[in-house]
Amino acid sequence: MKVQIHVSLKAGVLDPQGRAIHHELEALGFGGVNDVRAGKLIELDVSDDTSDEDLDQMCRKLLANMVIENYRIEKLEQEAA
Amino acid sequence: MAFRSAVITFPGSNCDRDMAVALEQISGTTPSRIWHGDADLPGDLDFIALPGGFSYGDYLRSGAMAARSPIMKAVVAAAERGVPVLGVCNGFQVLTESGLLPGALMRNAAQTFVCRTVPLKVENTRSLFTNGYTGDETIHIPVAHHDGNYFADEHTLDTLEGDGQVAFRYAEPCNGSRRDIAGILNAAGNVLGMMPHPERAIEDAHGGSDGRALFESAINGLVRA
Repeated sequence: MKVQIHVSLKAGVLDPQGRAIHHELEALGFGGVNDVRAGKLIELDVSDDTSDEDLDQMCRKLLANMVIENYRIEKLEQEAA
Repeated sequence: MAFRSAVITFPGSNCDRDMAVALEQISGTTPSRIWHGDADLPGDLDFIALPGGFSYGDYLRSGAMAARSPIMKAVVAAAERGVPVLGVCNGFQVLTESGLLPGALMRNAAQTFVCRTVPLKVENTRSLFTNGYTGDETIHIPVAHHDGNYFADEHTLDTLEGDGQVAFRYAEPCNGSRRDIAGILNAAGNVLGMMPHPERAIEDAHGGSDGRALFESAINGLVRA
């Protein structure tokens, strides 16, 4: 089973990287960008019987830092063989 | 009584030797050098140091991998027993990632690596690490980091300030840290994490020796005890 973990900074946490990207987009002439937040995408290939609880614990214990980050778990549809 | 200390080395640590030299010069005894994959620390330690560097190449988040390496279970257990633990720079990041200290260290607000000697205020002069400072002086200690931007929520910051857990504060903005925090203590006062490198300021040849009092405070206090 393919699982994507989306890690993003919590609202209210300053994102220097997002701010720099925002600045660069404007410098390239793209108007109308109101805000940019940068995060991480972590793809896991796990056995099909991996529980939601285990995925949740993986995020809480390592993949995200709960002080500054949120995470969202997305299970990808299996591709037809 | 001899002073027994240990310096932990992770893959990518690069200030472990400087830390060991500082401890040896000031205490007169040679620290044990402990590899991250070891499961145990020597018994009866007086002091544990987590050095600066780029453990595990800063993969995932600075300090995230090192905080979960085998030796850290023993370091956390020792800290909970009251053994003094000093984490400098990457060591501070490891301490927040391991949960021994609150908050997190994020990318510097200006996105740039900061490498210079910075002025600091000593905010708590009662801790075992800082009782050698008077609190009136501005001390100068080098920083060298990309991820030193201290973050914690307002409630945590208020608690840190109210309980005297802010040990050092930048005397001028350095990296975007909330309330210019440069170093914090845990609630029990036996764990100190700081971004500035006191081990790089222990003799005049370093360009300054303002870091010396930190090691002297800790070592003299512990040897007397």
